[in-house]
Amino acid sequence: MKFLKFLLVGIFFGIVLVKSEAVSWYRIFEMFKFQSFHMYGIIGSAVGLGILFIWGLKKFNIKSIDGNAINLPPKNKSVTRYLVGGAIFGLGWALAGACPGPMYILLGTGVYSMLIVIAAAMLGTFVYGLLRDKLPH
Amino acid sequence: MEFLLKPWPWYVSGPLIALIMFVLIYFGKTFGMSSNLRTLCTIGGAGKFSDFFRFDWKAQRWNLTVVLGAIIGGYIAVNFLSDGSTMNLSPETIVDLQAFGFSNIGESLLPTEVYGMENIATLKGMSILIVAGFLVGFGTRYAGGCTSGHAITGLSNLQLPSLIAVIGFFIGGLLMTHFLLPLIF
Repeated sequence: MKFLKFLLVGIFFGIVLVKSEAVSWYRIFEMFKFQSFHMYGIIGSAVGLGILFIWGLKKFNIKSIDGNAINLPPKNKSVTRYLVGGAIFGLGWALAGACPGPMYILLGTGVYSMLIVIAAAMLGTFVYGLLRDKLPH
Repeated sequence: MEFLLKPWPWYVSGPLIALIMFVLIYFGKTFGMSSNLRTLCTIGGAGKFSDFFRFDWKAQRWNLTVVLGAIIGGYIAVNFLSDGSTMNLSPETIVDLQAFGFSNIGESLLPTEVYGMENIATLKGMSILIVAGFLVGFGTRYAGGCTSGHAITGLSNLQLPSLIAVIGFFIGGLLMTHFLLPLIF
């Protein structure tokens, strides 16, 4: 069952994000109001340890589970797409209080109205696909 | 076991998120949740309209499996790993939300004023969810990633594009929270 490990990672991800309250609309509001350290602590410690993990992977030339070299594709150089796309994403993140991971997790917690948000997010992705060649990148 | 049922502090949750990223990279993949939206569009037949959606979605089945797991994880966390206590939000946050007319603040993960069935039955309530979802879906693909791909993985890999994207996330988020939410609520 090669997919079982991914299912387990997903379950663990869902539990961690609920128990940390990072899936909460309230926590996102609080973060953008700079009224609590909580979300900054989560993201900051994740990135701090993440830097160490990725440095270690590269430093010790660690292979992935299937024996291949670790592959972290570099992102295209640009400012416009990241700044403009990021700001559009941020507007939606602060309004929905959920980004693409938490949307699914919250559905699992029994918030069925999240299906509307997920469907709208698919529509947004679809419209991006249609307009991609016309947008500055 | 008691501590499992309480909310987990940031210094437990943050490192566990880094571990999830590490494990996915070790499995030869990456931590990126927004890609699934594109995969779902492709499965739904979006390739007929744009070649952005013409790719082998079966190569992304592992990521859809992570999504399925995340849904199950959410179910397990609220039904078996929660003691139902009220969130420990900052007092200023509660005051700000009371000014919006919110009630029962922090008693569940999401405000009924945004996600409650009686609110989404109104044109305004439904529009909020549709506009919010659309902005997330459009913005994340334009920016080439979301919180997992840029804020966690990209920053951990010291990639400048991800730092620019995260600055963008905050420009949009601050604009919404400080200027637009007070107009909406």
